[in-house]
Amino acid sequence: MILDQVIFLVTAVVVLAAAVLVVSVPKMIHAALWLILALAGVAVLFVLLQAGFFAVVQVIVYIGAIAVLVIFAVMLTRKAMVDDGPQLNRYSVMAGAVSLMMFAALSGMLLSWDGANALPANPAVHPDTIVNLGESLTNPQGFLLPFEVASILLLAALVGAIFIGREQRAGREEE
Amino acid sequence: MNFLSDPVTFIGNWLTGLVAGLGMPKETAAAWVTGVAVGILPLLAMLWVLVLIWYERKVIGRLQDRPGPNRVGPFGLIQPVADMLKIFIKEHILPTGVDRLPYNLAPILAVGGVLGMWVVVPFSATVHGVDINVGALYIIAVGAIGTLGIIFAGYSSNNKYALLAAFRVVAQLISYEIPMVLALLVPVLLARSMGMNSIVQAQPVWFIVVAPLAALLFFISSIAEVGRSPFDLAEAESEIVAGFNTEYSGLKFGMFYVGEFLHAFTNSLIFTALFLGGWQGPGAEQFPILGFIYFFLKTVVVHFLGIAIRGSMPRFRIDQVMQLNWKLFTPIALAAFSVAAVVEKLAAGLGDAMRIGIHVLVNLVILVIAVLIGSRVFKARGVRLDALAERNRAAVKFAMEKSHDS
Repeated sequence: MILDQVIFLVTAVVVLAAAVLVVSVPKMIHAALWLILALAGVAVLFVLLQAGFFAVVQVIVYIGAIAVLVIFAVMLTRKAMVDDGPQLNRYSVMAGAVSLMMFAALSGMLLSWDGANALPANPAVHPDTIVNLGESLTNPQGFLLPFEVASILLLAALVGAIFIGREQRAGREEE
Repeated sequence: MNFLSDPVTFIGNWLTGLVAGLGMPKETAAAWVTGVAVGILPLLAMLWVLVLIWYERKVIGRLQDRPGPNRVGPFGLIQPVADMLKIFIKEHILPTGVDRLPYNLAPILAVGGVLGMWVVVPFSATVHGVDINVGALYIIAVGAIGTLGIIFAGYSSNNKYALLAAFRVVAQLISYEIPMVLALLVPVLLARSMGMNSIVQAQPVWFIVVAPLAALLFFISSIAEVGRSPFDLAEAESEIVAGFNTEYSGLKFGMFYVGEFLHAFTNSLIFTALFLGGWQGPGAEQFPILGFIYFFLKTVVVHFLGIAIRGSMPRFRIDQVMQLNWKLFTPIALAAFSVAAVVEKLAAGLGDAMRIGIHVLVNLVILVIAVLIGSRVFKARGVRLDALAERNRAAVKFAMEKSHDS
């Protein structure tokens, strides 16, 4: 149990430090790098909570997609290799104040919840959380409707992306 | 527990007993022994690469009608050791303007991503790293880390060719991940589990028989994932110098090299576990060592097939690679997966032979439809190219006649 706590504390520190670095390093690529570390740390936290499925999905969906993000970062940033412009603009103070207020409000809400100070119940020993997840996603009493709605939303986004892409190409041909 | 029938478990138990005998609690001793095993497995895998490199060079040599390595040691067996020593003592050249952290991290990620897969490979009935219940997904997740290594290498080495190569390789890798994952889902569906060991145990009939189409797609996609011929656009030397690892030298380049060879073999391991029944075979349950031998032999066959393809196929163009994936493989994989799910549900009440027969039949139908549609799509393009070539020929002819006239 002590080992678990040590791992948790180390991981938490690493995640927080990496998250701060994500928004503070000047180079966009380095930000993506630190983001990977932060997300990997979250995957470790999932493992500590015995949620193996979530840990693996975290790695696939977030870390796996970072490679693409890096590509876009390189393609969209001017001088991606030597990016050392000013990091803050004149709204920084206001943005900082708003984020602090947001943080305070969220913390207050979380602390007022009963579960915030309670010790977690021993995580379920039953390992087949995937079966539960799969069944609740396909059960009309469970999350079938939100799941399908999300699918349709994604499909719409896909069609929209293709539509926009096609229109541009047609425009270029007319030139 | 007998040493001859299950040596690894025997040694493990013996070591645990030995350490516990020194006065350590039983659990702590087991944890230490596990830790030692965790150290040994990657070490063995890395050393195994020496054999793999020799084997691959030899096979490719024979395929191309030359002897392959044959100077150092009997049959050139010591050649990889000599190569390894050479690469160890080579200088590390750090080009100007590299981004140090990702530059040095990239080779580690490239090898680490591959070694990570060995965690869930079930070598025999009793010997496996961890039998996590999301093993199949874990393989995909770890594969994503290798992709990261490539993009880091390409970006950080401050070389336009390396960057271009990395872009194109990453595009290829994340594209081929889609048919690969979809094909992987078919064994998961048939075994009703994502744990690698339960997938192996669910194969009294190998899944390559039940789902031949998924097996084929997985095999081709895994070749593309390693980035070997005919998908070796990563190192298209006529176009992008030497690919994303152009600026690497010495051991750092060696890491990429090791990563590639190990990845090819690891993918064969995983293919065997998913589609060829893993360690299953006569007597494998009673004598786990037999299971290990079966597993190894099947893997070598798959690996040889991969090498033979590498040695005999020309390279695709990048647009052909993408077309093949998005217009052919992804739709087939989607169809194969959804149809497999429907068949599995509808034929659940029928006998095993009947169910498997329906699976095979449906797979054949999908294959025929895919070939019909695919040949039409790709032929239409071919015709257009032919017309283009015709026009070019006509233009050349016209120009030549003109020059004759003048």
